[in-house]
Amino acid sequence: MEQPNLTYIEQLARDDDSVKQTLINVIKTEFPEEKKDYYTSLEKKDYKKIEENVHRIKHKISILGLEQSYKLANTYEHNLREKKMDGVDDFEQILHTITAYIKTI
Amino acid sequence: MNCIIIDDEKLARTIIKTLCDEIDTLHVLEEFPNAMQAIKFLNENEVDLIFLDIHMPDFTGFDFVKTLKNPPSIVLTTSDPKFAIEAFQYECIVDYLLKPIEADRFKMAIEKAKKHQLIASKTEENKADTKLENDFYINIDRRLIKIDIPSIYLVEAKGDYIHIKTEDKNYTVHSTLKKIEEKLPDTLFLKIHRSYIINLKKIIDIEDNSVLIKKDVIPVSRSKRPELMKRLDLL
Repeated sequence: MEQPNLTYIEQLARDDDSVKQTLINVIKTEFPEEKKDYYTSLEKKDYKKIEENVHRIKHKISILGLEQSYKLANTYEHNLREKKMDGVDDFEQILHTITAYIKTI
Repeated sequence: MNCIIIDDEKLARTIIKTLCDEIDTLHVLEEFPNAMQAIKFLNENEVDLIFLDIHMPDFTGFDFVKTLKNPPSIVLTTSDPKFAIEAFQYECIVDYLLKPIEADRFKMAIEKAKKHQLIASKTEENKADTKLENDFYINIDRRLIKIDIPSIYLVEAKGDYIHIKTEDKNYTVHSTLKKIEEKLPDTLFLKIHRSYIINLKKIIDIEDNSVLIKKDVIPVSRSKRPELMKRLDLL
């Protein structure tokens, strides 16, 4: 599986470590909250909420350079609109990968 | 330019704020996690530009745009390209940025917003100028007579002359419809026939292919009828 990276964030920060750290801190704070919201909506089988949560997390997937994962998340989001859960396992794997990665940054 | 950022995701707001900080002429006044909070702020503050996320729970970016009476320039930010066509329906939307937003593309959007503001301010100036020109003069028997434009209800072409009918008096002048048409504001007047220009505010009723204006029944050309109907404030 592809691995997350900070290429986009580093380009945006332009060698300014404080900007880079601010952006990383936002990811480290916001991602676990979004992941929690996602699992809550999943438990309730609230398709609309699941879709909204996937949509929010999708942005972070792209920020962390996970291009293939982004496509999978996108497909999953579209499936949810049709009340289909196809892609749930792939998405869970993406969440695990990001969770592990943000512990290292 | 004073701007605000509306996005339910904090990371998205922080990225846009970072990109704004790179541009000296941009000043971020505030950021909001939802559109409802922003509406209150807009009622109390002067904002030139809004960075607006489309995909937000409960109240989408487009819902928000529809609530604005005099919207500032808006740059949409989204990870979904499918809304682009809908975005074209709104004059205030100057650009559409796909997330993750690249710095160079962001700068292009700001340039577009600046141009949009320039055009908007010139339009306002033109409107003000038009309002100032509320009258013109006609030459009758070596006398220059001032005609108050809003008082004109009908102009009729008769050979080399035109009849100008106003609330108080009628005048016959050696001129053409084309010349007087240039003096009359489009917002108020419409040429409904090759021989007639009417003041839309003075219409009493419209029946088939004619308009009753004061006591005059004026024919409407078939080709002009759609434009006339478009200009009417129909219930």
